[in-house]
Amino acid sequence: MAAGIKDKVAILGMGCSKFGERWDADPETLMVEAYLEAMQDAGIEPTQIDAAWFSTHIDETGTGKGGTPMSLALRLPNIAVTRVENFCAGGSEALRGAVYAVASGAADIAIALGVEKLKDTGYGGLPVGNAGTLIPQWAPSGSAPGNFAQLASAYRAKHGVSREDLKRAIAHVSVKSHANGAKNPKAHLRNVVTEEQVMNAPMIAEPLGLFDCCGVSDGAACAIVTTPEIARSLGKKDIVTVKAMQLAVSNGLESQHNSWDGSYFHTARIAARKAYAEAGIADPRNEVSMMEVHDCFSITELVTMEDLFISPEGTAVKDVMDGFYDADGKVPCQIDGGLKCFGHPIGASGLRMAYEMYLQLQGRAGERQLGNPRIGLTHNLGGAPSQNVCSVTIIGAHDA
Amino acid sequence: MTGQVIGLTAFGGYIPRLRLQRKAVTTANAWVAPNLAGKGKGERSMANWDEDAITMAVAAARDLLGTDDDRSHVDALLFGSTTMPFRDRLNAGIIAAALTLDQKVRAVDVASTQRAGTSALLQALSLVKAGEAKNALVVASDHRKTRAVSPQELEFGDGAAAVSVGTENVIARYLGGASLTIDFVDHFRGDTEEFDYSWEERWIRDEGYSKIVPRAVKEALDNAGVAAGDISHFVLPTTFGTKFAEQLAKRSGISPEAARDTLAANCGETGAAHSLVMLVHTLQTVAKPGDKIMVLHFGGGCDALIFEATDKLSNPAGVRGIVGALADRQEETNYMKFLTFNGLVEWERGMRAEQDKKTALTTLYRNEDMLMGLVGGRCTETGVIQFPRSRISVNPNNHTVDTQEPYKFAEKKAKILSWSADYLSFSMNPPNHYGMVVFEEGGRIMMDFTDLNLGEVESGMEVKLVFRIKEFDEKRGFRRYFWKAVPVATAQAKAQAAE
Repeated sequence: MAAGIKDKVAILGMGCSKFGERWDADPETLMVEAYLEAMQDAGIEPTQIDAAWFSTHIDETGTGKGGTPMSLALRLPNIAVTRVENFCAGGSEALRGAVYAVASGAADIAIALGVEKLKDTGYGGLPVGNAGTLIPQWAPSGSAPGNFAQLASAYRAKHGVSREDLKRAIAHVSVKSHANGAKNPKAHLRNVVTEEQVMNAPMIAEPLGLFDCCGVSDGAACAIVTTPEIARSLGKKDIVTVKAMQLAVSNGLESQHNSWDGSYFHTARIAARKAYAEAGIADPRNEVSMMEVHDCFSITELVTMEDLFISPEGTAVKDVMDGFYDADGKVPCQIDGGLKCFGHPIGASGLRMAYEMYLQLQGRAGERQLGNPRIGLTHNLGGAPSQNVCSVTIIGAHDA
Repeated sequence: MTGQVIGLTAFGGYIPRLRLQRKAVTTANAWVAPNLAGKGKGERSMANWDEDAITMAVAAARDLLGTDDDRSHVDALLFGSTTMPFRDRLNAGIIAAALTLDQKVRAVDVASTQRAGTSALLQALSLVKAGEAKNALVVASDHRKTRAVSPQELEFGDGAAAVSVGTENVIARYLGGASLTIDFVDHFRGDTEEFDYSWEERWIRDEGYSKIVPRAVKEALDNAGVAAGDISHFVLPTTFGTKFAEQLAKRSGISPEAARDTLAANCGETGAAHSLVMLVHTLQTVAKPGDKIMVLHFGGGCDALIFEATDKLSNPAGVRGIVGALADRQEETNYMKFLTFNGLVEWERGMRAEQDKKTALTTLYRNEDMLMGLVGGRCTETGVIQFPRSRISVNPNNHTVDTQEPYKFAEKKAKILSWSADYLSFSMNPPNHYGMVVFEEGGRIMMDFTDLNLGEVESGMEVKLVFRIKEFDEKRGFRRYFWKAVPVATAQAKAQAAE
C-alpha cells in the first residue's frame, strides 16, 4: 500500500475567473483572469514555476489542443505544460498532475489551470461531442441530461420512491444551490428559486427540468502548489494541504455487466473509499466539513450523497429534504453554488471546486463563509453514469 | 426432380404500427383538393421516421424465421422492392447481415417494377426447382414517397411480407404460373426522381389491368393445368378496389367471391410488397387445405402464380403475419408528422442536427456482425454474456482473454433498467427516448427506443428489439442502421385497444 499524498503538498495560491456567459472573453482572457489572481495570492514570480498542467475538454470550440494555449496565454517561461483531458473531471486531473509533480520532488512549484469556452457554439447546452468512429454507429445520440436522468428511473425502481417525491427532492437540491450561488459574485446564476419554480420548469430530459441542469458557462480556474515547507518559507500561514486524491475509471462493468443496477456511481464509491483511507477519515458523515460535488444535474448530486457515504444508501431523499446539505446544515454542499449556479466550464470545474474549499478553509469566502471548516471534499465526475471517470479529492487545514 | 413438391414453407409480415387517418389528410388539404374529400375514409399504414424498405423487410423476415439463432438453412435471399435505399450496395446484403444469415447465402435485389415481389418469388421457385437452393427466403417491401395532396398519399401504405420457398413442410404447393412482360407505362419514376409520375386512371384501368391481367390469368391457368373455376382465392393488388378485382376475376371465369381484400381500408397498397402482403393475409384468414390461390401483380406486364394450400397450412404460434401486424396499430391524426417523416417539410431541426453523420465504412465492416446483426460475445469459460464483444472479458471476477464466441442478442428477452425522454438532443420524433436494456440471459446495451409514446415507458418493462435506421447522412446519401428497443407493453396495450 502506497503511503499516499496526505499533507505532502500545500496549496500556495488559487484564482478563479468570473464564470458565466462571457461574451466578452476569449479563452485567453479567462485563463489570464484566473492566473493573475492565483499568482497574486501565491506571491511568486512566473520564473519560480517549474511545471504546468493544463485542462480543457472540448478543444474544437475554442481553446485548442496541446499545451501551447496555456503557455501562450500566460507567457510561461518555456516550462513543461502538459494538457490533460478526462471529460468533465479534467480540472481535477490537472491539479493531480501538479500535486504529484511536487510530491515527487520533480518540481518545487507547479501550476494547474483549467479553462473552457462553451458559449461560442451558437446554441444552449453542451456542444455535441465526437465519440470516434464506432460508438456513434450504435450508441444513442443522446445528451448529458438524457444520460444522467436515467439515474432517476433506476433509483426510483430500486428504492421505491415515487416520481413526485424524487422530483421534489432534486428540486430542493437546486433550490439550495441557487440560494448559495446568489451570495457568490463570481457565480454564473445568482437568482433565488423556489421548489415550485424548479418543479414546473420546462422538461429537458424526463424527469429533469431546466433547473435540474447546471449552467453551461465560460470560465477558468487555477491552482499553484508547492510543499508545506516551501509555503511556510514564503511566509504562508493557515496552510491548506492535500489530504487525498483518488480517481476511479469505469472499465465497462456498468455498461456491459448486469451487476450494476443503474442507480448509483460505481466509480464514485471506489474513489471515495480510497480517498477516505488516504486521508485517514473513518466517519465521513461526521468528519467532512463541507463538499463541492459534481452536480451537473440535481439527480447526480442526490445519488452522490450516498456514493460518498455521507447519506446511508436509500436515505439521500430524506437528508436532502431535511436540509442536511443546505448552507446551515450538517455538511454544507455546493456552498459556492456548485456547477448548478457557479457554472460548469468543463475543464475548469474541478479546480473551481478546490478553489471554494481553499477559500473556506482560509476563512476568505465572504458572505458565504462557513463556521470553522476543517476538511473539504471535492467530487468531480466525467462521462455518464454508465461509463465515467470519478475524482474525489480531499483538502484540509494542514493540522487537521 | 419430377414429383417433388415445391412451394411456400412459411410466411411472415410487417405493417408499421402508425396508421395515418385519411380524414386528417383530406381535411388538411380540403382547401386545395376538395376533390379528394371522398377518399378521406379509413387509414393507411405509415412508416415511422426510422423505417424504410430494408427495415420493414427485416421485420417481416424475422416474423417468418422466428427466434431461433441458427439461420444457416436459408441459402437464398430475394428482396423485391421499388424503394431500395441504395442504388449501388446490395440491399439484400443489408437484410442478410441484419438477419445474421450465413455469408454463403445467394442474395439478390429484384427491383424496378411493382411486380418485384412476385418476380422475386418466381426466381426463388426456379432456384429451388433447379436444386440451386433448398430454402429460399423472399421478402418484398416498399416505402413509396408521394407528393403532398396527391391521390397516392391516400392510396398507398407502407409494409412488407416474407415467404420462404422449399420442398419440405410445404404449406402451399406451387402449381405453376406465368409472366407477361409488356411496357405499359401506367406510371414511372425516373432515375433522379423521388416521386411517381402517373397517367390517367381510366386508361390504366381499362387498357391496362382489364386487358393484361386476364391474359396473365389464362396463361397461368393453362401452364398449371388448373380450371378457372377451381381458384378459391384471387389475390390482386389494385388501387381500384376489391370490387374491381371481383370484376376481373369474373371476366376470367373465376368466382368473384374469390377476390381477396385489397386491404385498402386499413393498410393501403404497399407497392411491390402488396401481392405478398395480401397472400399472407389470405393464408392467415380464409385459405383452407386444398384451396387454390392465384397471386397476381400488375406492373410492366403481369405475374401470375398459382398455389394449392396443403394440410400443413396453419398459423404458427409466434408468427404475427399481416393479421397480427394490422392489429398492432396506433392511429395517427397528425398529417404534418407524416409529411415530416417523409421529408416533405423543410423544418427547423436546430443546430444540434448539424453534426456530421459520416460513417467510417472501415469501422462498419470490422464490426459488421455487432452493428448489423446485434451480435455480442459469450465467454466460453465463464458463460458471461456481453455487448460488444471484447478481447478481455468484462466479467469482474475473471477477465478471461480471447475466450468469447459470437452471441446473438436480437431475439433474446430483455427489460428496461433505466431510461429517459430527452428533449435536448436532436430527434426526428422528440422526445428522444433511450436507456439501458438488460437481457435475461445476460448482457446489456444502452440503446435507442422507438415506436412508443411519451408516458408509456417505465423501468422493468419488457422490450423487443427492432432493426431500424439510426441516422441519415444527408450530405453523402448514406444511412446507418442499428437496433432499437420497443417497449412490449406499448404494443400489447395498442392491440388490446384495437380489439
